[in-house]
This record gives sequence, structure tokens and C-alpha cells, in this order.
Amino acid sequence: MSAASPVVLILAWELVTRLGYVDTRFFPAPSEILQTAQRLLTDGTLARQVGISVQRVVIGFVIGAVPAILIGLIMGLVPIVRAALRPLVNSTYPIPKSALLPLFLLLFGLGEESKWAIIAVGTFYLVLINTMTGVLNIDPIYFDVAKSVGASSFLKLSVIAFPGSLPLIFAGLKLGMGVSLIVLVYAESVGTTGGIGYLIWNSWEVFQVPRMYLGIMTTAVLGLLAASALESLERLLVPWKQR
Amino acid sequence: MTESERIAIRIRDLTRWFLIKGRPIHALAGIDLDVRAGEFLCIVGPSGCGKTTILRILAGLDRQTTGSIEVVAPRGSAGSDGQPLSSVVFQEQSIFPWMRVRDNVAFGLRARGISRAVRTRIAAEHIRQVGLSEFADAWPHQLSGGMKQRVAIARALANDPHILLMDEPFAALDEQTKLVLQDELLRIWERSRKTVLYVTHSLDEAILLADRVLVMSQRPGRILRILDMPFDRPRTIRRVRSDARYGPLFNEIWELLRHNVARQPLAAEVPA
Ligand SMILES: Nc1ncnc2c1ncn2[C@@H]1O[C@H](COP(=O)(O)OP(=O)(O)O)[C@@H](O)[C@H]1O
Ligand SMILES: [Mg+2]
Repeated sequence: MSAASPVVLILAWELVTRLGYVDTRFFPAPSEILQTAQRLLTDGTLARQVGISVQRVVIGFVIGAVPAILIGLIMGLVPIVRAALRPLVNSTYPIPKSALLPLFLLLFGLGEESKWAIIAVGTFYLVLINTMTGVLNIDPIYFDVAKSVGASSFLKLSVIAFPGSLPLIFAGLKLGMGVSLIVLVYAESVGTTGGIGYLIWNSWEVFQVPRMYLGIMTTAVLGLLAASALESLERLLVPWKQR
Repeated sequence: MTESERIAIRIRDLTRWFLIKGRPIHALAGIDLDVRAGEFLCIVGPSGCGKTTILRILAGLDRQTTGSIEVVAPRGSAGSDGQPLSSVVFQEQSIFPWMRVRDNVAFGLRARGISRAVRTRIAAEHIRQVGLSEFADAWPHQLSGGMKQRVAIARALANDPHILLMDEPFAALDEQTKLVLQDELLRIWERSRKTVLYVTHSLDEAILLADRVLVMSQRPGRILRILDMPFDRPRTIRRVRSDARYGPLFNEIWELLRHNVARQPLAAEVPA
């Protein structure tokens, strides 16, 4: 059922291109894109570019998300830390991540590190803010229970704050994953010769329009797969949540 | 000194003020109380009179403004066995939604650093005592309200505290479930004979459960009177309710509360 809307869209698109209602130089027919896909799949190009991109996203995402969860938990638990760091977070969060790419290129060069850095930053804020909100949304009664039995700070963090905020941590991870892909395609437009973003920008430069569309669609499919992977992980780690 | 003469909780001239939007609110006004070891003491009083506040101060979740409050551990046991002074069963739903029943019940033991094997055994025993053995691996959202409060009681008892603090634990339950749980609590308590401070707004519940009933005034909360409940143990709800002394006791407590409530301007419509 959820597959129906894209299928209808693609069929309609195919129809209007076949009927000549649109300029096929800019809007190639889905069948043409499919042929390109077949070609790039058989010669291994697509798999190679996807592999490069996925590796960048996974590494950058983990570098961003893990500290974000830790800092977010501590900010949620400790009022002084929250008061100290919140202005810093609020003032740096709105800086467009694209504005940071030149800086990261300066700092880390053209290699993988600059891509990891920008993806990590894009992920970091969303996960941090959601994690902190998740802790603050935990009913204070649970911390009372912990205090009344003399639970240690570590136990409060690991057994109450962390599991209690997991639903919102996952909301942050899903948002962060979306931003990661957006930032990735942008980052791969500069000074690199690999990845989905490179495929898209390079196709544009050499006017390989079907290939450009293929890149865009591959990004969409990656987004879909990443979201469903995170959802599966959430079902595994948050089995107590009524759905 | 025999165990039943020992004082388990000693409260002296306890007061508590709160600041609400900059305005001081006098919640508790000079509470003096000795609770005997092994006693089941119920606190009744109008809502907002400071019942929860007393329990929270006793549990270390809040601090008094003046006065002293002391949970006295039996001689020889203090500190040495790691047995906690108090455990709380809260008024609100308080079992962790993200822990299975067995981990909820074992939580206090875990906080005390007791090994997994030992706490699993102790938790299983208390889960059985509240009749939830089949649900040891269930998640809280799979339980009814009454079962959740059973888990909360098992969690508090598994800690084996010197005193048990219960804050209207059955207030949110439907009438039938409440009756069943009251009988169960009587049965469990009569076996363990822990010192219990039990807050309720139900006069009936106080009479059924308590050795003594403490009646509090409107805010600022003061002790109006402490009454002895003469019913034999072991008790059941049916036996207490059909006892000839039940009605007069109920009326006596109600008179105390009614007069106190009637003095308040807001309660002017209460029929005399
Ligand atoms: N944390 C708090 N901050 C401000 N006022 C409080 C707080 N806790 C309790 N109070 C006030 O103290 C009074 C007694 O509250 P409480 O002990 O909860 O009453 P009860 O349990 O008897 O209904 C109430 O007027 C309440 O508004
Ligand atoms: Mg209360």
C-alpha cells in the first residue's frame, strides 16, 4: 500500500514523457533512467559510489550521534551543565552546515575527514537537542524513585535517563540521518571524485541528465532504507513502548 | 525494651513552608509524632493538608523548614546490613515503563549493589507474594492499574526497608480492585509486620488497615487526634466492616474532619 503512491507517480511521469508533454532533455522518461541504472549496475559504478557514500554517512553519523547522546543526557540530568551549554548550543545550532564546509576543508583537507566532520555536525545538534528534551520529559516521579533508594548518578543516567529518553533519541537520530544525507550530497560536490553526490554533480556538469536523476533517486532510496533501519533498531531497543 | 515498644519514627515540631510564586505557603505546622516499630499508622486529612509532604521528608525527597524527623533503625542493625531506612509506594504510577516487572521489583536491590543472582531470587519471591509470577517478564504497559500497584508494592518490600511509606497507593483504582488489594496488603503486612506510614483520604481504608489513625487538619497541617483501631488481627475487610465498632469509629473521625473543614470559609456549603 505504501508503495502505491511512488508507483502511480512514476507511471504518470512515463506517460507524459511518452506523449511528449514535457521536454525529455530535462525530464527523461523513467524507462530511460532505468536503462542508465541497469548500465551503471552491471559495470559496478553505482555500487561503488553508493558504497563510498554509505561509508561516509555511517562514520560521520556515529561520530556525531554518540557524543550528542552522552552530552544530551548529561545536559538533561544536570541543571548547571544545561545552563552553561544551552546558550552555546542555541547560538551555534542555526549556522547552516553548508557554511561550515569551507572551514572543514581548510581544517581537514579534501579527504574523508572533512565529509565525516560536516555529517557529524549535522547529526550532532538534532540528536543532542532531542536527547536533552527526552530526559527533561521523563516524569520526575522516576527520579524520585531512584533518589528514594539512593541510586548512584551513574544508575540514574544508565537505567533511567537513557532508556527513558530513547523514544526521543530515536526521533533525533531519524532527523539527523535525513540531514546527514542532505549534507553528504552537498559535501560530495566539492573536491571529490566519489559518492552519490559526486555522481549527481558530475552528471550535471557533463549534461548526463538520466544519470543525474538516477543519483537523486538513489539518494531517496538510501534515505528510505536508513529510516527503516533506524525504525527496526528502535523496535528492538524500545520494546516497552506501546505502538 | 521489647520490639513493639521501640520507636521507629520520631518527628518533633516539624514545619514546612513552600514558596509559590514568591508567596509563602504554610504546609505543615508543628507535627509531633512517635510511630512504634511494627505499627501500621494511617494518616487521613483533607487534600492539601501536607500528608504527602510528611512522607517525602521522611523518604529524603524533601526537607523540612524546621523541626526534626528521624527514622530509628533497630539497635545493632543500623548501617551494618545495608538495609535501607525507608521505601516508598507513590500515589502516581511510578513503575518504570522501560523495565520488565522483575527488573522493576529488583531496582532498589540493584541500587544497593546486590548481585544479580541474589536480587533475581529476592525479586521472584516478592513477585510471587503479590501474585504476579506469571507476569515477571511482562512490560508495565501489559498490566492493569491494579497489577502495576502490586509491582510498586513488591518493589518497595523487596528492598526490605525499616519503614514502608505508602501514599494513597490505591486511590486511582476501581472499587473492586481496591478491595482485593486492601485484603492482600493486610495479608502481606500481617506476615512481615513492618512499620508502615500509610496516607489515604479514605476513612474506610484507614479504619480497615490501621493500628492507629492520625487525623490531620486543613492546611497548615496539624495533628487533630490519633485514634486506636481496636480490631483483631488477622483482619479482613468483611470482618472489620461488619464489626459493631466500625460505624461509631467512622463517625468519630468524620466529625473531627467535618468540623475542621466547616471552619474553612470555602467549605461553607457543607451541611451542618
Ligand atoms: N513542591 C512544592 N512546591 C510548592 N508547594 C508545594 C509543593 N509540594 C506541596 N506543596 C503545597 O503544600 C501543601 C501540602 O501538599 P501535599 O503534602 O501534597 O498535600 P496532601 O498530600 O495532603 O494532599 C499543598 O498546599 C501544596 O500545594
Ligand atoms: Mg498527597
